[in-house]
Amino acid sequence: MTLATHYPILQVVIPLLAAPACVLLKNPRACWLLTMLVMLVSLGIAGQLVWQTSESGVISYAIGGWAAPWGIEYRVDALSSYVLLIITTIGALVLPFAARSVADEINIKMQYLFYAAFLLCYTGMLGITITGDAFNLFVFLEISSLSSYALVSLGKDRRALSAAFQYLIMGTLGATFYLIGIGLLYMMTGTLNMADLAERLPAVNESRTVLTALAFLTVGISLKLALFPLHSWLPNAYTYAPSAVSALLAGTATKVAAYVLLRVLFTIFGVDFVLGTMPVAEILIILGMAAILIGSMVAIFQENLKRLLAYSSIAQIGYIVVGISLGTVTGLTAGLVHLFNHAIIKSALFMAIGCIIYRLNSVLIGDIAGLGKRMPWTMAAFVAGGVSLIGVPLTAGFISKWYLVLAALDKGYWPIVVVVLAGSLMAVVYIWRIVETAYFKPYNGPASISEAPLTMLIPTWLLIMVNFYVGIDSSLTAGIASKAAAQLLGVSP
Amino acid sequence: MSEFAFPPGLIMILGAFLIPFVSDARRSLLVMSLPILTLALVWLLPDGSNLQIGFLDYSLDPVRSSTEGRLFATIFSIMAFAGGLYALKQARTIELTAAFVYAGAAVGVTFAGDLITLFIFWEIMALGSTLVIWAAGTHSAYRASMRYLLVHLLGGVILMSGIVAYVIETGSTQFVAMTADSTATWLILAGFLVNAGAPPLSAWIADAYPEASPSGTVFLSAFTTKTAVFALLVGFPGTEILIWIGLYMVFYGIIYALLENDMRRILAYSIVNQVGFMVTAIGIGTEMALNGAAAHAFAHIIYKALLLMSAGSVLMMTGKRKCTDLGGLFQSMPLTAFHGIVGALAISAFPFTSGFVTKSLETSAAAHEGLALVWMLLLAASAGVFLHAGIKFPWFVFFQKDSGLRPPEPPVNLRMAMWIFSFLCIAIGIYPDPLYAILPYAVDYQPYTIDHLVTQLQLLLFAGFAFFVMLKMMKRTLTISLDFDWFYRKFFKELTEEFSIHASVAQKSMERRMKNRVESIISNLYRHHGPTGILSRVLSTGSMVMWVAILLCLYLLSYYF
Repeated sequence: MTLATHYPILQVVIPLLAAPACVLLKNPRACWLLTMLVMLVSLGIAGQLVWQTSESGVISYAIGGWAAPWGIEYRVDALSSYVLLIITTIGALVLPFAARSVADEINIKMQYLFYAAFLLCYTGMLGITITGDAFNLFVFLEISSLSSYALVSLGKDRRALSAAFQYLIMGTLGATFYLIGIGLLYMMTGTLNMADLAERLPAVNESRTVLTALAFLTVGISLKLALFPLHSWLPNAYTYAPSAVSALLAGTATKVAAYVLLRVLFTIFGVDFVLGTMPVAEILIILGMAAILIGSMVAIFQENLKRLLAYSSIAQIGYIVVGISLGTVTGLTAGLVHLFNHAIIKSALFMAIGCIIYRLNSVLIGDIAGLGKRMPWTMAAFVAGGVSLIGVPLTAGFISKWYLVLAALDKGYWPIVVVVLAGSLMAVVYIWRIVETAYFKPYNGPASISEAPLTMLIPTWLLIMVNFYVGIDSSLTAGIASKAAAQLLGVSP
Repeated sequence: MSEFAFPPGLIMILGAFLIPFVSDARRSLLVMSLPILTLALVWLLPDGSNLQIGFLDYSLDPVRSSTEGRLFATIFSIMAFAGGLYALKQARTIELTAAFVYAGAAVGVTFAGDLITLFIFWEIMALGSTLVIWAAGTHSAYRASMRYLLVHLLGGVILMSGIVAYVIETGSTQFVAMTADSTATWLILAGFLVNAGAPPLSAWIADAYPEASPSGTVFLSAFTTKTAVFALLVGFPGTEILIWIGLYMVFYGIIYALLENDMRRILAYSIVNQVGFMVTAIGIGTEMALNGAAAHAFAHIIYKALLLMSAGSVLMMTGKRKCTDLGGLFQSMPLTAFHGIVGALAISAFPFTSGFVTKSLETSAAAHEGLALVWMLLLAASAGVFLHAGIKFPWFVFFQKDSGLRPPEPPVNLRMAMWIFSFLCIAIGIYPDPLYAILPYAVDYQPYTIDHLVTQLQLLLFAGFAFFVMLKMMKRTLTISLDFDWFYRKFFKELTEEFSIHASVAQKSMERRMKNRVESIISNLYRHHGPTGILSRVLSTGSMVMWVAILLCLYLLSYYF
């Protein structure tokens, strides 16, 4: 069982090493094959880690044999294994889809760079999730951010460059804020290990330095999370990025940021301090509700499908943040369940849009008129994903909605219930606009348009299937999520 | 546990997805056998909970067999059978598929032992019925289906918040009798009532149902409102407010049906009216009243479907739907006219029809409880039913003036479906004991007493008399002789024109105001949220950074103080 004990480090190192290998290989096909292999291995390891943590509790791995407060510790608990599972699932399903999509959208000379950046971004996100060290987290944050700027800039549209640049500035700002926050904490406690920080902070948490650190951290992470009103970089980045990148980032990037928020608020600062003494929860709930309403409303008026989904993502982030900020086990469970559910819903939807782009070369709502007959499977996948986004029973979205309403009512917060349900009705409107155009308007595009290739359709439909599966049997998502929530809040499950 | 522990509703829901994939010959077999299989399973399942499934953190009870559930599931299966037969050759595949999903979900609701199962089938029902309306394929059907969907999604979210709150309050998901005394139960009640067509959202029935295809309307008339009656029957028996809500629906239906000209809209308003009777009975809540509501629902599904089948045949053969365009059709469609009249007699509770033996349970229950006002109103309403559905519909469509239309009888499968329901209408009327035997409570009631017969006949005679007195005047306005009648014609014409001018001016201005208001709201939203609005404009990097700074200050301030 020697290999099994090294799973935490293998989870990060394998994709990290594969990235330079891609640069050396240069052949797009070989790169894809290698990346695909890495994705499958990573998914396997993540599955193993989920199983291990559910069997034997928290796994702590000391890098290089240096014990925890001095060396860097990798720490896998229910929450991090859950997020690892999300990232690797999305990765393993987006990549098969990416093969055709990348070949179509990205210059052949740049494709190996795409795979390298893709792997680095993936590594960064896995690293953020697995590390137990606050500074190490910053390092991985930078790895994933820098590579995602590169990924966004590979988009076909020239506006991708300015979008990537703006994303870079805002992302760097967020990371810097995070670094300032961590620096201030280090100043007060002399440690960077999260568990150690959590132990030492209560003694000094009255000081202005710690309060300032908390403010910098919350703002920095909110920026990464694209929480309203710091969301403005996200629509452009998602809109102009290559389809495969949108699908990956929509499913994972903001989820990882939400994970960081949870770690910082609950693990480092502690529930009692953040939710009891500080008005963090109140601010986050208000911002989250604003995100739901404004994000959904803006999505209704969008003409560009990718932008529409991007605004919908901003609204969905609102759901996650509201759930987290309720600060109860049910609330956290709701937030975490939606973390998973939104990842699979949004990735599936972006993949369906990717199929449309592959054939149609356009993402404007006016151009998909009558596409329901031309690309029946693609549009059916879109409708199925949309139904889940709305939260119809027996889909993943319903489970999220249920838990969120349950958590809000549990605390007697009726306004949240109203906002959540209004949000789901608004989702009906913006999904409906697309369905209406695709199915009820006459087709007027070129006659050559036919269904997307199977290599793109199958991964999309696999994600849709996962959607229905977790909608019916929610024990996987809700089970791990409620355990992770209990662990975070320090109550026995 | 039982060896048949399978939700009966799923037979039709799952079977429905086979419909698009089988050949025409097999399709008939499939469509006919699914409801029969469902019916068999409904009666094979032993009483009580038959299956437990874990979902979320709760244990679902999707196969709970009860007398009420079985009664409703039985009539839903019969309805799916006859409706399937009626729709078999003419309806589009998507309509037939959606209709069977819809019917299956309705059966699913009747076997739901917990609120979550109920909610899941409830939502499937909303989707299925929306698709049924859509399948008509016309522009107005599409618009109507959207309005319909919005009402039902709204009802759905109300119901869902009610259920969640109820689960938190009581810790139980069991679907049992509740009392409307907390926010949770009020919300659940409201969610049920939306589907029943209660005020203030009664209009969706007459708005959406007549836009569906001829066969689509037949399906729609049966399931949504009657599952709501079932849910109220199990969940809120004896809730007093239901008496008044029901009475409102009764009179709302009558008044609008009398004013209406479209034959299928007349019948749609009449659904609201009939469901009003049932809701009132549930509000009374005695064993006899609940028996009455259940029996009335059973009988009503049959005769209302029969009426709509008859109207649907007329629509299909003539393409006309307005009473003023129709008339004299009995000459070439005697069978359709016959079935329409049987349905009309049944809905008017004419002796020896199903309406007579079921509706009287409700009125008698009101009398037994000493609710004199309710009793009198119900009796008056019975006369009103005879006016709008019993005479108005068959008279204007099949008799009246001769419109000159000579359409042939509808195709054979339509005629067969109508024969089945005509037979049931009369069979239940003559021999009600089998129906009485499956009612929720023991029946100690004899419908055929001299007293009852005489009262009912008197009521019908006078109502009929009133109609024909008015009709005489109306007939004169429609003749072409030019002497004395000219006065009436001119007079009535002026009168109606005067009225319609004022009414339409008022309506126009109200509509205009509403439209302006809605448009200004939307344009306002668009200004802020639209692609160039402040909330979705691409911000310059500088202003993004400004937001970061603002938020940082906000956090710092709120943390410091």
